[in-house]
Amino acid sequence: MSDTLSPATPRRRFGKNRAVRRFMNNPLAIAGLLMVLGLTAACFLGPYLLPFDEFYIDLRARFAPPLTGAHIFGTDPLGRDIAARLFHAGQVSMMVGFLAMVISTVIGTVVGVVAGYRGGWTGTALMRLVDAFLSFPSVFLLLTLAAFIKPSPMMITLIIAFTSWMEVARIVEAEVKSVREREFVMAARMLGLSNGWIMFREILPNVMGPIVVAATLTVARSILMEAYISFLGYGIQPPLPSWGNMLNGAQQYLAAAPWLAIVPGLAITIAVTGFNFIGDGLRDALDVRSHNG
Amino acid sequence: MARFLIGRLWQSIVLLLLVSLIGFMVLNLAPGGPLSQYALTPGMTKEALDRIAEQMGLNRPLPLQYLDWLWKLVQGDWGRSFRDNRPVLEVINSHLYATLLLMGASTLLSMLIGGWIGIRSAIRQGSAFDYTMTVVCFVALSIPTFWVGLVAIFIFSLRLGWLPAGNMYTVGDGSLGDVLVHLILPTCVLALVNVAIWARYMRAATLEVVNQDFVRTAHAKGLAPRRILMKHIVGNALLPMITLAGMQLPTLLGGALVTETVFTWPGMGRLFLDSLGYNDYPVVMGLLMFSAILVLVGNLLADLLVAFVDPRIRLE
Repeated sequence: MSDTLSPATPRRRFGKNRAVRRFMNNPLAIAGLLMVLGLTAACFLGPYLLPFDEFYIDLRARFAPPLTGAHIFGTDPLGRDIAARLFHAGQVSMMVGFLAMVISTVIGTVVGVVAGYRGGWTGTALMRLVDAFLSFPSVFLLLTLAAFIKPSPMMITLIIAFTSWMEVARIVEAEVKSVREREFVMAARMLGLSNGWIMFREILPNVMGPIVVAATLTVARSILMEAYISFLGYGIQPPLPSWGNMLNGAQQYLAAAPWLAIVPGLAITIAVTGFNFIGDGLRDALDVRSHNG
Repeated sequence: MARFLIGRLWQSIVLLLLVSLIGFMVLNLAPGGPLSQYALTPGMTKEALDRIAEQMGLNRPLPLQYLDWLWKLVQGDWGRSFRDNRPVLEVINSHLYATLLLMGASTLLSMLIGGWIGIRSAIRQGSAFDYTMTVVCFVALSIPTFWVGLVAIFIFSLRLGWLPAGNMYTVGDGSLGDVLVHLILPTCVLALVNVAIWARYMRAATLEVVNQDFVRTAHAKGLAPRRILMKHIVGNALLPMITLAGMQLPTLLGGALVTETVFTWPGMGRLFLDSLGYNDYPVVMGLLMFSAILVLVGNLLADLLVAFVDPRIRLE
């Protein structure tokens, strides 16, 4: 028995590795991966390395500029250490972004698969609904809902997910429509498999590539959205810090303490750029034809 | 052409109905619903509130209420602002011009720069310029617009003192030059993101045209490369851009609204945020509906324009 030369497994592994290799050969994708991993490590491990927690108030060091003593990023108007708050805020912001991505991807995928597979009236109705949601500038819809509904971190996550599932739905619908006509689907139908089984066990695995790409880009978008509504005061509420609400109030101290605005903004930019780079790298690696440019 | 027109118009009407349905659902999520305005009045009793609810028809079934609300919307009766009791449409109209000015200026700027970057990247695909611009565009798309606004204010207004930090004009001035000076910073900040969008689309559109047969024919005929580029390639690459401009409208509008909030630009975005702060729900809902309708009309116009310019679509 030779377990090294069996013909089936190496071919399969080769196919998988090719995507991984293409991803690894893409400098931008690697840069993105490093940015996201670095930021995640900083946010989850950083707090253990700092002498302050995010609530500690150093009254003698209010408005301390970066690199004052142990305050590497300086302090805020209350004398709280910005680094400690930044890392804790990062946990919150990234969790919100990640959860919002999971929820909106599930909604978008279900809508997209059903619309694409069923077609006809159901498909048209669902896709018109997607178009209708996309007609609202998402910032407006998001802010209105956030202002109307009592903001808790979970609610904010749900609202962000609720306003960002449409892109995924559109992409999945287009993919499913083209897969639907392939032979293996016809075979499954002739075997008498149920529609639910065909949609989610036969077709879904074949459209995973575009979903993964869209999901990665949705994380970036969700982090941006959370930052914006929290910046305006309608998102995550203090004392729980988020990158967005750290920027809230930074505007009035812009002249005296610019680091209050610069440090969290940089963190947001690094996170969003990182996820966008990864998403684009995945698009190339998984050979997903881009549908929107 | 007539069939295309009717079909496209019908599609817009269906979308408009769906948009209004979503709007109505959101309206009913407002705390206290449409009654919140009266609930805050001092000395308001439960009985009086019930009476107002009955007068306003709020105890009727929701579908009836929706039809009533929709009919008023169609007639242009969008309610009155809680803040100053002016009709909602009038309030929106007084802020529309500022938003359109900002959007127009920045779209013009970003289309010129983005178009140039996109075309240059496409005809020199794989060059250092192409690669650098790809990275730059990605970063530009990732930076939060409102944060760029803050940084721009810090550098150009607070540190260098070159440009005003906000508002549309200096109190007591308001001349054209004054408005233009105030326009520079928000326009450039908004353009940063938009340039990236246009550059990427223009690059893709140009790449699609560059390798087609008629371009090779033009080269074979010995036409000047510059003439081929400007007339044959760019001319054809611009076509899909019209549709994309329509599709990007919600993003462009959203970006303008975000920028306005940072620069206290007196447009719809600023109005929206102020109204949220005052719990002025009629104006909030009005703006939500108005912006969606603006987007739908923009999409329709873009499609009609493409059909007008490109005979292939009309005949389909």
